[in-house]
Amino acid sequence: MDALSMGGYGAYVWSCYGLTFVIVVFLNWRGRLRQKRIYREIEVRLKALEDRE
Amino acid sequence: MNQTISNEGQRDIPGMFAGLAATTKRDLLLAWKRPGDVLNPLFFFAMVCTLFPLAVGPSAEQLEFSGPGVLWVAALLATLLSLNALFISDFEDGSLDQFLVSPQPLPMLVLGKTLAHWLTSGLPLVFVSPILAITYRMPLSVVGVMMLTLALGTISLSLLGSIGAALTVGLHRGTALLSLLILPLAMPIMILGANAVSLAATNDIYSTGIWALGAYAIASLSLAPYATAAALRISNE
Amino acid sequence: MWKWFHQLASPPHFYRISLILAPWLGISGLILVAYGTWQGLFVVPMDYQQGDAFRIIYVHVPSAYLSMMAYMIMATSGAIGLIWRIKLSHAVAAAAAPIGAGFTFLALCTGSIWGRPMWGTWWEWGDPRMMSELILLFLYFGYMALRSSIDDTTKADKASAVLALVGIVNVVIVHFSVEWWSSLHQGQTVFKKGTMDADMRIPLFIMLIGFTLLFGSMLLRRIRTEVLYRERRTRWVREMILSPGGGA
Repeated sequence: MDALSMGGYGAYVWSCYGLTFVIVVFLNWRGRLRQKRIYREIEVRLKALEDRE
Repeated sequence: MNQTISNEGQRDIPGMFAGLAATTKRDLLLAWKRPGDVLNPLFFFAMVCTLFPLAVGPSAEQLEFSGPGVLWVAALLATLLSLNALFISDFEDGSLDQFLVSPQPLPMLVLGKTLAHWLTSGLPLVFVSPILAITYRMPLSVVGVMMLTLALGTISLSLLGSIGAALTVGLHRGTALLSLLILPLAMPIMILGANAVSLAATNDIYSTGIWALGAYAIASLSLAPYATAAALRISNE
Repeated sequence: MWKWFHQLASPPHFYRISLILAPWLGISGLILVAYGTWQGLFVVPMDYQQGDAFRIIYVHVPSAYLSMMAYMIMATSGAIGLIWRIKLSHAVAAAAAPIGAGFTFLALCTGSIWGRPMWGTWWEWGDPRMMSELILLFLYFGYMALRSSIDDTTKADKASAVLALVGIVNVVIVHFSVEWWSSLHQGQTVFKKGTMDADMRIPLFIMLIGFTLLFGSMLLRRIRTEVLYRERRTRWVREMILSPGGGA
């Protein structure tokens, strides 16, 4: 309980750590998403090219 | 090509200051033929200055206090408004390509254009500002300081803005983008200028701001034309 | 040394190396950050002046530091790309911008949340560090806006590199002018950071290293995406993607 309230600063401290978590996860997730999207785009185009050949 | 010409001395290529003077003269002449381009930013400047008292109230105390800041913000926005047109018409009619292939050093030509821009946008602002400053109840001694900061500051703004204008020339929605690029970079100029005027209004030592603005102007005068030239070459590849 | 450098700058080589390196950086970064968070939240004794609110610095300082480092990476690799025409370095610059903007936003938010109990306000206009950080965020926005509004990739690379370089000269001027400005208007609300005890400092170092490793892993992934996109018409990408294992 003591750790949660942080001597009255609990809301501030925990929201900071929570926000950090959210933003790091968000940046990582966006990076992965973009990677997957680009990879799939190229894959689709290359497969189509190969089929035509 | 150029080498053979200059070696045989058949045709003299004018010096680089002649190129600078020629571009400045040309742009001044163009501005003279189309006075609207010069006057619109001035009207804009006056209107922004009119908006503030209407929004925050006409009390003398408040006007005196906020005057330097309001005038500087308005000057910054008005300069930004006119910057967009710096290279657009040259880009559209192909003169820009001529600049790029000309034997004259591109930074000098760019400096000539920027100089003309300052003469037609910054300098008029400096001379119109006292009228508005007096309506903000600014004492005459402070008006002089304000004109000095505006003169030095608008030189830097024109030079800094020319980099942004060169980067965004030929882009769709260039105007909004130009503001987004230039405003954060222009913030120090406004901080220095507006605060020097505020200090002068409270009889404080304001020389720090003036010196810093002067240093900024000299630094941008020597560096910005190169950056603008590089940016123009990139945008016109 | 130079041979190694040139090899690394070749896109397929870099792609393979980063594929191996990124997970290791990510995992070691996660471990360090988890350890540092536990230390910072529960183990380190509270500050006698700021109480438990000082625990915010364990996330605030690393994010502020990364926001500036990302800008340095963006500007220097842009410059390298302009001068030596190394394609990979433009990909690095493009990849660093969104991560840098994210950490700048984080530094602003955590700084503001810390300021609420310490200064009694969410936003202190007079603090030079907060103002510099805000202007840095605007610079990131401008950089990304310029990049996304130019369709041609090579042109976008060069133009945004010029902008980043102009910006880095300005960041210094912004910092000094804001410092001068805030010294005119007030001076006392800015919290002087005293020296920290070793048992407070060590977790901060661990957090700094952990965040840097995490940043490195995210950066590598984004660079890889950029490289893949830029090299999409080359032979090695074709061979890699059509090979049975793929390359994701």
